[in-house]
Amino acid sequence: MKTNGIKFRLIILFLGLMSFFSLSSAYAQKEKIGTVHVMGVWGGDELKAFRRVTAGWEKQTGGNVEFEGTRDLAAVLRARVLGRNPPDLAILPNPALMQAFARDRKLKPMSQALEISTLKKDYSDTWLNLGSIGGNLFGLFIKVTIKSTIWYNPKEFAANRWKIPETWGELLSLSDRIVAEGKTPWSMGVESGGASGWPASDWIQEIFLHEFGPDLYDQWVDHRIPWTHEAIKSAFKKFGKIALTRGYVPGGTQTILATNFIDGSYLPFLKPPKAYMYFLGGFTQGFIAKQFPDLRPREDYDFFSFPTIHTDYAGSVTGAADVVVMFRDTPAASSFLRYMAMGSAWEPWAKLGGFTSPNRSVASEVYPDPLAVKLAKLLATSPIFKFDADDLMPAEVQKTLWKGGMDYLRNPERLEAILQKIEEVAKGAY
Amino acid sequence: MVRILSVVNKMTRKISLETYFYVLPALFFLFSFLLYPTLHTFYLSLLNQDSSSFVGLSNYLYLFTHRETFLVFRNSLLWLTLFTVTVVGMGLFLAVLSDRLPYEPVIKSVIFVPMAVSFTAAAVIWRFVYLYRPEGFLQIGLVNALLAYVGGSPIAWLVDLKVNNFALIAAGIWMWTGFGMVVISAGLKGIPNEVLEAARVDGAKEWQLFWHIILPMLGPVLVVVVLTLMINALKVFDLVYVMTFGNHDTDVIANRMFKEMFTFGNFGRASAIAVILFLSIVPVIILNIRRFRREERV
Repeated sequence: MKTNGIKFRLIILFLGLMSFFSLSSAYAQKEKIGTVHVMGVWGGDELKAFRRVTAGWEKQTGGNVEFEGTRDLAAVLRARVLGRNPPDLAILPNPALMQAFARDRKLKPMSQALEISTLKKDYSDTWLNLGSIGGNLFGLFIKVTIKSTIWYNPKEFAANRWKIPETWGELLSLSDRIVAEGKTPWSMGVESGGASGWPASDWIQEIFLHEFGPDLYDQWVDHRIPWTHEAIKSAFKKFGKIALTRGYVPGGTQTILATNFIDGSYLPFLKPPKAYMYFLGGFTQGFIAKQFPDLRPREDYDFFSFPTIHTDYAGSVTGAADVVVMFRDTPAASSFLRYMAMGSAWEPWAKLGGFTSPNRSVASEVYPDPLAVKLAKLLATSPIFKFDADDLMPAEVQKTLWKGGMDYLRNPERLEAILQKIEEVAKGAY
Repeated sequence: MVRILSVVNKMTRKISLETYFYVLPALFFLFSFLLYPTLHTFYLSLLNQDSSSFVGLSNYLYLFTHRETFLVFRNSLLWLTLFTVTVVGMGLFLAVLSDRLPYEPVIKSVIFVPMAVSFTAAAVIWRFVYLYRPEGFLQIGLVNALLAYVGGSPIAWLVDLKVNNFALIAAGIWMWTGFGMVVISAGLKGIPNEVLEAARVDGAKEWQLFWHIILPMLGPVLVVVVLTLMINALKVFDLVYVMTFGNHDTDVIANRMFKEMFTFGNFGRASAIAVILFLSIVPVIILNIRRFRREERV
C-alpha cells in the first residue's frame, strides 16, 4: 500500500512538471516580439542611462529588455556559453572577448539583422573593421571612450601662470616647475579590483602611440615585435619618468598602487588641490561631476589632450569602445540590435553626459556640456585613432601586462625581467 | 542474539538484489556528482589549455616551477598555518575566559556576529578598514586613522608586500574566531564539574587545571575545530577575490584556480590546481573520517 502511495505521488509530480513545462512554452509562443536578454558590465549611472535607451525600443515595439550586469563579465559569460545558456546579446567592453567567442563560433553574424550600407554611412571604417572577422560583421560599436585626456584645474593653472604643455618636454618641465614651487604635479591611481593595473597600461600605450606611431603599435598589439623590443622599454621608462620621479606623485609607488582610479581623479579639484594633473579617459568627467557637483565643466575642470612626443604622430588618440555581439538571433534580439545601430537611439544617453558615440549620425548638439562636445570633436578630428592596446591582446597577456605595470612601479630596475615574463606568456597565448 | 543475527543474515541474503536496487540511486548520485567530476578533472589536468591534446604532467610542472604559482602555494600554506593556529588559539582563549564571566552570552554573541556576515560583505568591510591615503592626507580607513592618531605614518595594508598577506589573514581570523570559540565553549561545558572540583580539592592551581585537565579533555573538540579550519583555510576564496583579487602576491589556490579557468580560459592548468587542492585536503578528510569512526565505536 505504502509503495503504491509513493508511486502515485511520483506520477502526479511527473505529470505536474510536464504540464508546467508545456504551459510555459505555450506562454512563450504567445508573446509577440518578446524579451531580449542582454548582458553587460554596466551598473549604477551607466545602467540608468542605458535604461533610457532601451525604453525607446520597448515603447516602439512593446518588447522587453532584460539586462543582467556583472563586473566579471568574461568569467560569467564564458560559463553561460559553456552551459549553452548565453544571453541573446552581450555588450562587451573590448573586442578581444568578441574575437575569442567568434573564434569558437559562438557568435551570430549581424549581416542579416543590419543594413550594411547604412552602417557604412554612419560609421567610419575603423569601427567596421574592428567589428569584423573574416569579412563578417560580428560586433557593433556603440560607445567610445577616449583615453588620451589629461585632466587639470584651469583656474589653478591660470592663477599659477602654467601653460598647457603641448610636447612631452613641456610636460616634464611643467612638472618640474610645479615641484619647484613646492607643489605636487601628478595624481595617479591604478587600483581597480580585479582589473588593477589598467590605468598604468593606458599610460604605456599612449606614450607608445605618440612616440612610435600606429604601424609599430599594431605590431606590438599583434605580438609581431617581442615584448623586449626597445620601443616597449622606452614607453615603460617614459611612464616611469612621471610615476617614479620623486615629488611628482604624492606618496609615491605605494599610493599609486593603493589608490583607486576613481578616487585619484579628485585630487586636482580639492581645495586646496593635492595635485594638478590626472591622466585618465574621458569618463573621468563623470567621476569629477559626481564628486564635485558645484564645479562647472571647462571653467573649473577641463582636459588637454596628450602632448606630442614625435611630431609625425601629433594628435593621436587611443580609446576603448563597448561592442554589442549576438549569441542568439531571435526576432527580439535583431530588432533591438537594429535599434541600437541608429544614432538617434543613443541620444537620450548622450544628453545625460559621459557618452561619446562612434556613430556619425549623432549630432554634436545633443551633447549636454562643452566638455562632452570637446571630447566628441577630439574623436572626430584626430588623424590617428588606435584601440586600447591591452584590450586587443589575449586576456592572459593583458592581465600579465597590468601586473607587469604594477611590478615595474615597485621594482623599476627589474624592467627587463618583467618584459621577459610578458613575452613568455605572450608566446603561449597568441 | 544469535537468533536475531541469523534472521538478519537470512534476510540480507534473500533480498540482496533488492538491497542493491535501493542503494542504486545513492550510488548514482555519488558517481555522477562526486566520482565522475573528480576523475574528469584529473583527466582534464593532463590535457592542454582547451583540452584538445594530451600534455602529460606539464601543467603540474608549470605550477611548481613558476615564481607566481609558487607564491600561490606559499600563501595557502601561510593561511593554513597562521589562520588555523590563531583562530584555535583565540577561540580557546575566549572560550575559557568567557566561561568564567556572568555576561558570557553577550560577549560570545558579539564575537560570533562576524560569522553571520557573508564573506563578500566582510571583505568589503575590511577593504574600508584597510583604506589607505598618502601621508598628510585625511585617513578615512580605520586602521590608518588609528595609526595617524598615535602619530605613525599610514601603511598601504593591501599593497605593501610585507604586510598584505597578514592583513588578509587577519580579516579571516576576525570572521572565524567566533566559530572556534563557540565550539570549544560547548566542549568546555561538557567537562564534568566533579573532575574540576576534585582537582581543586587536591590542590591544583588554575593553570595546572587548564594544562592537565581542561586541555586534554577538550582534545576531540579541538581536533574538530582544527580540521574544519584547515579545510576552510585551503578553500579560502571570497576574501582574497574581493580585497586584492590576488594582486600584489596575495593569490591563494582557490583564487588562482578561478583565474586560470574563467579569466584565462586555461582548463588544463585550472584542473591541475583543482587536483592539487583536492589532494591536499584528502589527508585532512581521512583524519576526520577516522575520528568519526572512533567516536562511533565509543
